[in-house]
Amino acid sequence: MRLEYFEMIDRVVSIDHEAGRIAARANVPSASPVFEGHFPGRPLLPGVLMTETMAQASGYLLLSKMGFAQMPFLMGVDKARFRDFVGPDVVLDVTAEIEHEGSGYAVTKASISAGGKKIADAGLRFRVMPFPAEMGPLMRERARAIGLEA
Amino acid sequence: MSSTFDTVAGIISETADIPREKITPESHAIDDLGIDSLAFLDIAFAVDKAFGIKLPLEKWTQEVNEGKVPAEEYFVLKNLVARIDALVAAKTA
Repeated sequence: MRLEYFEMIDRVVSIDHEAGRIAARANVPSASPVFEGHFPGRPLLPGVLMTETMAQASGYLLLSKMGFAQMPFLMGVDKARFRDFVGPDVVLDVTAEIEHEGSGYAVTKASISAGGKKIADAGLRFRVMPFPAEMGPLMRERARAIGLEA
Repeated sequence: MSSTFDTVAGIISETADIPREKITPESHAIDDLGIDSLAFLDIAFAVDKAFGIKLPLEKWTQEVNEGKVPAEEYFVLKNLVARIDALVAAKTA
């Protein structure tokens, strides 16, 4: 994870288009400017960044399933729960599955666990739109960097 | 009005926090009820789930934007309900 660059997913472990499911890995860094403020002397991964991590796993799943034809943008978070603290140097297992693919939108359920223990979960809603100019190639490049065929 | 309308009106009321009595078959979702595009997607999700269909929002939006179909055809609730009924009928046919 490069928290300050919002690069939350380090590796896609598996993806199943038919089942609409993805598993990914995110390594919380040893140090980050984020930890300097959240919190001084007690570094914790902010819940909002856990939400972003689940959103990115969902986003890569949707992108891949749609053949990188359109871009999902987070538009809603339902029932987000942060069940435990996460500090530096923790390996996070991130999963997401598609609950519903609508026309122009999609809904996923995502979760984060560490060492087999559930850390966070949420329902996420995405607006699915054409790629803004220049964004498509950049998303493909980032997807390839985390092991997703693009 | 039909049970479809009652279901849709209930969904709109709950999702967009609009008093149920303000929602009539003649209501325009955007002009009369003030539903924005994001709220409409939430409503679409609830409608899709309730009726087991997929509202073709992208196609409708394109048709409206290209001037092929007036927005009223999709966003006045009695018309929306008729299209939901047609999609349900097509699914079960």
